[in-house]
Amino acid sequence: MKIGKQTIKFENTPIIRECGSVVGPKEKSGPLSGFFDTVLDDVYFGEDSFEKAESKLIQHAVNMALNKSKTDIKDIEYMFSGDLLNQCISSGYALRELQIPFFGLYGACSTFSEANILAASFVNAGYATNCIAAASSHFCSAERQFRLPLEQGTQTPPTGQWTVTGSGATLISNSKEDKLNHYPKITYATPGKVIDMGITDIANMGAAMAPAAFDTIITHLEDTGRDANYYDLIVTGDLGKLGSEILIEQLQKYGIDISHVHNDCGLMIFDCSAQDTKAGGSGCGCSASVFSGFIYKKLLDKSLNKVLLISTGALMSPVSLGQGESIPSIAHAVAIENI
Amino acid sequence: MNYTKMGMNDKQYKEYVENKSPKSNIIKDCIIAFIIGGFICVIGQIIMDFGMNNGLDKKSASTLTSISLIFIAALLTSLKLYAKIGKVAGAGSIVPITGFSNSIVSPAIEYKTEGIILGIGANMFKVAGPVLVYGIGSSILVGLVYWLINLCS
Repeated sequence: MKIGKQTIKFENTPIIRECGSVVGPKEKSGPLSGFFDTVLDDVYFGEDSFEKAESKLIQHAVNMALNKSKTDIKDIEYMFSGDLLNQCISSGYALRELQIPFFGLYGACSTFSEANILAASFVNAGYATNCIAAASSHFCSAERQFRLPLEQGTQTPPTGQWTVTGSGATLISNSKEDKLNHYPKITYATPGKVIDMGITDIANMGAAMAPAAFDTIITHLEDTGRDANYYDLIVTGDLGKLGSEILIEQLQKYGIDISHVHNDCGLMIFDCSAQDTKAGGSGCGCSASVFSGFIYKKLLDKSLNKVLLISTGALMSPVSLGQGESIPSIAHAVAIENI
Repeated sequence: MNYTKMGMNDKQYKEYVENKSPKSNIIKDCIIAFIIGGFICVIGQIIMDFGMNNGLDKKSASTLTSISLIFIAALLTSLKLYAKIGKVAGAGSIVPITGFSNSIVSPAIEYKTEGIILGIGANMFKVAGPVLVYGIGSSILVGLVYWLINLCS
């Protein structure tokens, strides 16, 4: 049911029954290392290209979610997934192996929220009983597509971010059976609008995406009539240090204080100064792996009960930047609660 | 676009972001670039002196220097060491001829997965291409002017 301007209320409250997560070696040495299902030592994941490795990340995350929940892959009706690579090849090739009816998504780093909103919508509407939402990114394949070759000896400015190598998948199911009632539920979603405030610096994505997160958060709170402090955690996808600062400061000016409940997946996954990741982590795999690996477990053990996940995406390409365009951004919010 | 909810227009937002963004430490970066860039030049000078002391004329010795530095940088790039140096040195390892070598070898390694012709062949000059186009282009222009001046005098 639609409420307010653009928020969806899931009256049948689909549950997140299980999550799968996998990350690369850099994330392995980060502070959340112990929470992920699989941590890799090899950026190639046993494959011969980074693109194949990334595709395998998605497959692995999905299989983890299925194995942990003891669900047969045949019981999954639809899968919503996306990544950063041209034509979403990581997802496409992963689904070639998985053989689940597939919707390929592109929302840049907001893809994980987008996938969860759509999967929850399908389950809520009764079109499916079990859906999977997933997203992935890989540092090496993203660098090559958006920036420079890996062995090119250049410096990153302090506002630059580090693409997370990782993937996360959520198994979203119908909550009709009573025995499933204790799982975290998806209650609301606020799909965002594309906002662009003229930032052109590809090494400052946090500043480009902060206005999109700002807009989605305000809309979500207005539409649901909730206060920011209603949530235990308002977690943005990959705004990084600067983007998070801008978001908190601007919301404060607007009269909303999220400073006590806000965190950013990009800041959680790395120890930025020790790991030299500058402003923090980024990529579809950032919010996907942090949510699936860390936040979901906190929801299960009830140390978190009300979480608003806002994955943020920058929708530019090297072509649009080459033509002097600024960076349009989007943010999708999903409320996950123990109710 | 005209997004006004933040109480700022695009221009004001850009200024706000610029003021808020942490800056690179330019003085520190320049000093490190100077030291490492200078060190690379010292190695070049050693090779040059070695050549001249062993019977090469100045022109041959400077060719030997360029070739040697290009080789060393290519080797370091393929050993995944040049990017590490570059992370610290910045312009210090980009500006010398070694940086040029690095910018050709690094895409060659990266695009190996797309094959020898359309991968390595087509992408090897992806980064260095503009330098070649405008370097050679401007040398032709300068040569033309030089030739005209000589012709007139």
